[in-house]
Amino acid sequence: MTSSLFGLLYTEKFHPHPEGPFMSPAAAAQFYAAPIGKKVIVAVTGFILFGFVLGHLLGNLQVYAGPDKINAYAEFLHHNLGLLWGARLVLLASVALHITASLQLNALNNRARPVGYQRREAVESSYASRTMIWSGPIIGAFVVYHLLHFTFGAVHPDFKDLNPYHNMVAGFRQLPVSLAYVVAMVLLGQHLYHGAWSMFQTLGVSHPRYTPLLKRFAAVAAALLVAGNISIPISILLGMVS
Amino acid sequence: MKLTLHVWRQKSPGDRGRMARYEVQANPHMSFLEMLDVLNEELLAKGEDPIAFDHDCREGICGSCGFMINGVAHGPNKATTVCQLHMRHYRDGDVLYLEPWRARAFPVIKDLVVDRCAFDRIIAAGGYISAATGSAPDGNAVPVPKDTADASMDAAACIGCGACVAACPNASASLFTGAKITHLGVLPQGQPERYDRALRMVAQAQQELFGSCTNIGECEAVCPKEIKLEVIARMNRDFIKASWLRRK
Repeated sequence: MTSSLFGLLYTEKFHPHPEGPFMSPAAAAQFYAAPIGKKVIVAVTGFILFGFVLGHLLGNLQVYAGPDKINAYAEFLHHNLGLLWGARLVLLASVALHITASLQLNALNNRARPVGYQRREAVESSYASRTMIWSGPIIGAFVVYHLLHFTFGAVHPDFKDLNPYHNMVAGFRQLPVSLAYVVAMVLLGQHLYHGAWSMFQTLGVSHPRYTPLLKRFAAVAAALLVAGNISIPISILLGMVS
Repeated sequence: MKLTLHVWRQKSPGDRGRMARYEVQANPHMSFLEMLDVLNEELLAKGEDPIAFDHDCREGICGSCGFMINGVAHGPNKATTVCQLHMRHYRDGDVLYLEPWRARAFPVIKDLVVDRCAFDRIIAAGGYISAATGSAPDGNAVPVPKDTADASMDAAACIGCGACVAACPNASASLFTGAKITHLGVLPQGQPERYDRALRMVAQAQQELFGSCTNIGECEAVCPKEIKLEVIARMNRDFIKASWLRRK
């Protein structure tokens, strides 16, 4: 008997289907052709990327434990090539799908109102939720810069391979660089403030009691993530980490 | 009280349309539509074309009326259709901008009147249950728990006015479609066609060129019947499950 997380989540009682636990390519294409199908892709890839951002922060915070700790962590991550490239491929695929589906949905949404309003007022929606299509590309551009800065070392003044402690300290001592990181993190916080609860709504998870809690959790998680990430360039600039 | 109105005037679907400025003397006891009636009487007396707007029951239950007032669907009051909005909420000298619902799926017919047949076609695609004809079935033959009946009734309160589409930055019909899918989908009578209904109604909304939902909540905020975003989550859930069930 086959089983799958999908089947368990979306059927009260999972019946083994004669077609097996996976969608056929034709059915998957049909699913993706629908706006809700694309939104599901954005939500699931968003969930993966949210998880990554969280793990990335926890790894980075080891900078406060000194060079040995964080450099050993970098060594450990790069030691297992299979795991490293497995994770990288999942992340790259997630980013590609997240962007593609979002752009397709945005094009659909733009076509849905060819003549706009002369007067427009937002009643309920947050600034963050209305600007996802802008915070997203800016974060995307930042990620490219971030990779060139700390992964490839191409735009770093003094890059040393597998020495993240040195790279962070040397990199963040440049004020404009640190400022760019701070701005990018604020935008990431905005993006997650809406995205971290929105993905549940898209996947059909909504509850009168728990959804308000989930929204609060998303706001707190986004704030903590921004605070944690911003603390690193700031403490380096202030000379607290050197 | 004297008001200045900027109203969208468009002679026909093909006309380019423009905003026109009017001044009107209203009293605080009038409803918004009565204020427009007064203005229209004056326009007729002057031999001008009156402002066309949709209305029927004027008691907030039919879903005919609705337009944007200063960029908000049905105006500033919560859970209120434009016919139930009264002039006492405005002050002497206020300037108001009146515009029709804007969406590709809701083409303007004239002035503030838009064609909402797209909603009818979404209903026709799956907003029904199949029942045997012949003698009427016993009223309580199928027991329905109170919670379920309430959930269904809350969704069934949707009057199909189109404010959700008008308020949505994506012109999405998700709140409407979700309400109709929930209204029938929670009841035992709605079960046999539940997943087929979700697939058909969602597909029809897509075909009508409504946008997609970005979960921002403007629709819920302006809905005169206070339909909750939960119905959109339910639509998503039923659609995802339905797609899964037909995965071959």
